[in-house]
Amino acid sequence: MNHRVIPCLLLSNGGLVKTRKFKNSVYVGDPVNAIRIFNEKEVDELVLLDIRASLDRRGPNYDLLNEIASECFMPLAYGGGITTIDQIRTLLRLGIEKVILNTALNRDPNFVRDAVATFGSQAITASIDVRRKLFGRQEVMTLAGTEGTGLSPVEAASKAEELGVGEILLTSIDAEGSMDGYDIDLLAKISQCVNVPVIASGGAGKLDDFRTAVREGHVSAVSAGSMFVFYGPHRAVLITYPKYREICELFK
Amino acid sequence: MIAIVNYGVGNLGSIQNMLKKLGAQSEIASDVSAIERATKIILPGVGAFDPGMTHLNQSGLRHALDAAALQRRVPVAGICLGMQLMTEGSEEGTLPGLGWVPAKTIRFVPPANETMKIPHMGWSVVAKAKQSPVLELLDDDPRFYFVHSYHVNCRNSEDALLIAQYGSVSFDAAFERENILGFQFHPEKSHQFGMKILKAFLERY
Repeated sequence: MNHRVIPCLLLSNGGLVKTRKFKNSVYVGDPVNAIRIFNEKEVDELVLLDIRASLDRRGPNYDLLNEIASECFMPLAYGGGITTIDQIRTLLRLGIEKVILNTALNRDPNFVRDAVATFGSQAITASIDVRRKLFGRQEVMTLAGTEGTGLSPVEAASKAEELGVGEILLTSIDAEGSMDGYDIDLLAKISQCVNVPVIASGGAGKLDDFRTAVREGHVSAVSAGSMFVFYGPHRAVLITYPKYREICELFK
Repeated sequence: MIAIVNYGVGNLGSIQNMLKKLGAQSEIASDVSAIERATKIILPGVGAFDPGMTHLNQSGLRHALDAAALQRRVPVAGICLGMQLMTEGSEEGTLPGLGWVPAKTIRFVPPANETMKIPHMGWSVVAKAKQSPVLELLDDDPRFYFVHSYHVNCRNSEDALLIAQYGSVSFDAAFERENILGFQFHPEKSHQFGMKILKAFLERY
């Protein structure tokens, strides 16, 4: 089995955007169109994150997600603004298989536990966003990186595992959008302290970064944003994804 | 009409999306009459074995499903937990399964020197164990998306249809016994590979 290579796409006000360090949001294009291209390229899986939903106290954009899911024949994970069991039920009915919880992990752990009990751990992914503070200490942030939790990455990951989530999407805010490589130390630390699969996120710029994340960060899967939507030094928008053979070669 | 069995467990939306893409008419079957008029049945399912079996037993559909699969011999395809429920039982639980196929659902047991992340989640290449109409549209080296913590082993090797490997453990990724098919992977989430399997199931059974 290959390690999964997952495009991570950011939604904001119905558009596809890309950020750096969770800031400087740049419009990339129409999400439905972009996702159709990813579907044609037979990507392993897709992660969709609505980065405005929780900030705007808004639930998921079902119309958009329905349009996406009905033409998407790979596993789809969605996160953004999810606070109720009914919302998850609606998302699963649309054809999303995994929901990603971030702000709720911190605000409403009981809801997370209920979600796992109702839909199974395979349907619930925890998203953990990590920011480096002064003097190198790392803190887990919620609400699109705007609110501190006081938890270290290890504490937050252990707590998420205890709540029963099936997977952890682990993002380094400092590396996000940089294309300079993942925070390998962070990946290794978390992969070793939990038994659930960890998806590396934040910083991928080249195929080699995936290999390093797997070999040295011991992650189960890798995700990338900029690398799959930008091309060249001027960051021209171009949807790309490695060929299946390249991925096999990479992880051999 | 293709009935997608609704017993409160499983991701029906994805299956319906793919059937729609294939131009097939399907209905979410929540009552006995929908099972009785079905020309094909899909039994989806995710989650743990006993809750799945309990939901199925309490759905009121159990008798109609048994009759369709075993007496009317309607083509039935189980997906993921749906496949496992068709076996005699699972090491994950204590309830008996549907027992439509002589097979057991068992734990992944890696060799002593090997560590294995459970669930097996991701894409795996499968090998054909026998010829079947449901495989006729597939090219070489098809790959499928799996998410499961337990796996099926058929008692009769002639029922095994596709074999996959996770770590050094080989298991039955699909079985076929007369009109009864089971897929451990998610064809509805496996791009053209899954689409070709479902298309063959729709057209050649």
